[in-house]
Amino acid sequence: MVTKLLKALYVIGMYFFLYIPLIVTIIFSFNDAGTAEHWNGFTTKWYVALFRDQSLIKAAFRSLLLAAMAATTSTVVGTIIAIALHRYRFIGQRVVFGSLSVIMMSPEIIQGISLVMVFVILGVPLGFVTVLLSHTVFCFPFVTMTVLARLKGFNRNLVEAAADLGATDVSIVQKILIPLVLPAVFAGWLMSFTLSIDDVIISFFVSGKNYEILPLKIYSMVRTGIQPDVNALCAAMFFATFAVVLLSYRLVRKK
Amino acid sequence: MRKSADSFCRSAVLYFIFIWFGLMFFTPNLLVLLASFLTKDPVWFLRLPLNLQNYAALGDGVLLHTILKSFGLATCTTLFCLLFGYPFTYFIARMGKDARAVLLMLIIVPFWTNSLIRNYALIAVLSDNGLINTFLLKTGLIREPVKLLYTNFAVFVGMAYTLVPFMILPVYAVLEKIDRSLVEAAADLGATPVDIFFKIVVPLSVPGIVAGCIMVFLPALTLFYVSDILGGADVSVLGSVIRDKFMVSRDWPVGAAISIALTLFMLFLLHLYFKSGNTVEQERQLW
Repeated sequence: MVTKLLKALYVIGMYFFLYIPLIVTIIFSFNDAGTAEHWNGFTTKWYVALFRDQSLIKAAFRSLLLAAMAATTSTVVGTIIAIALHRYRFIGQRVVFGSLSVIMMSPEIIQGISLVMVFVILGVPLGFVTVLLSHTVFCFPFVTMTVLARLKGFNRNLVEAAADLGATDVSIVQKILIPLVLPAVFAGWLMSFTLSIDDVIISFFVSGKNYEILPLKIYSMVRTGIQPDVNALCAAMFFATFAVVLLSYRLVRKK
Repeated sequence: MRKSADSFCRSAVLYFIFIWFGLMFFTPNLLVLLASFLTKDPVWFLRLPLNLQNYAALGDGVLLHTILKSFGLATCTTLFCLLFGYPFTYFIARMGKDARAVLLMLIIVPFWTNSLIRNYALIAVLSDNGLINTFLLKTGLIREPVKLLYTNFAVFVGMAYTLVPFMILPVYAVLEKIDRSLVEAAADLGATPVDIFFKIVVPLSVPGIVAGCIMVFLPALTLFYVSDILGGADVSVLGSVIRDKFMVSRDWPVGAAISIALTLFMLFLLHLYFKSGNTVEQERQLW
């Protein structure tokens, strides 16, 4: 009985640890005083200020667009590589596999500095293009692995039968492989989208001065300490995430 | 005709793969390796001659101190996440199906929330008039607020808070797959819950533990924004040092040398990861 109670307390305590900071910040985002010191009455003025902040709104749209584009390029690159790894045997295949797992495990800071060095030395101006390329580089292995996992479980005879009956490589890919991997491709796209929109460290290095995306904007806001409109931003981001997670759970569970 | 179209397709795809990996993976990493042996240049960032000075700098007083401090912080973070995250995950994994789904979702929500925002939220807990100090003052345990924010302790809390889901999720993935009949058989034969936990569950979940520890340890060395938001003036995270070498002092060679050392350490961890029975497949699922 006592152990059961302790267990429950411990599990609740862990959720407390995960949620208390967010809850406190959300509560104070409605505080008229603008600080966490004392409660001064309910207000939504910080939210109004937040949604009037043009540079923030712009950065948010830029981020959404970038994440959608980076997810798309990573999905194309990642899927091509997955199908090639599955269909062909070639020299350096093991090296490609090894590289994929190194990229997935690498600390972001190492990817960030190595890419920025290449861009600076080649004279590529830092901005949208460099961020898009860099995001594609750190996202595509996740697509490749997701698609490969899907290909692994499927009967190779299907492809052989098609080839025996005269199908070309192109039509095998078009008519068999692509329809087969489509769910994995979508999953990979979503994963890349979330990775891209959350990334701070790589973007920090490769984005340059004139291309400000949401995480970097937030970064410059939170570094200056407590600000009432950042509390509101925090709450807005939390509820947006909550809605997305809830939605994706619903979708998964329906299947 | 068909054969030639097929082989054209094949070579086009393979050339694309070689160029992509060559340009976006090997070139950047080899450049870092090369830079770590070059000399700092105020205009071109890098110049000859080749030397080993940059690696020698790693053993230098201040830098060595920060490296050791960062490893200490990463070790504390990993231990905390393991000691508090593992039993928690174990209890959740043993619950009913519906409860598990809800509880897991409640872990994923903060995990998906922007990590800058989550670290920022900790300020409201740790500051002088934050939740902890207010509580301690009101209950009379302390008279003056304890300084928590902008200390190494705050960075530790931030790291643990940011990274604990990275321990929970891989451990959960392994615990969920453990055959329950093993546990039941042991219980029937008279094993105590403690025996079952330490002799069956923990050994079977080693791959998840290793994966979780790596997923916590490496970021704990490098997430410089945690130390920016919550830490004090003294640097305690290796990532901040690398960033400053590249963005502030423009000392690419030493920055590159630290990165290479970190990469070697990562390759060693990756080796442990595969040796403990993990697969590339599982690596993807960690995210």
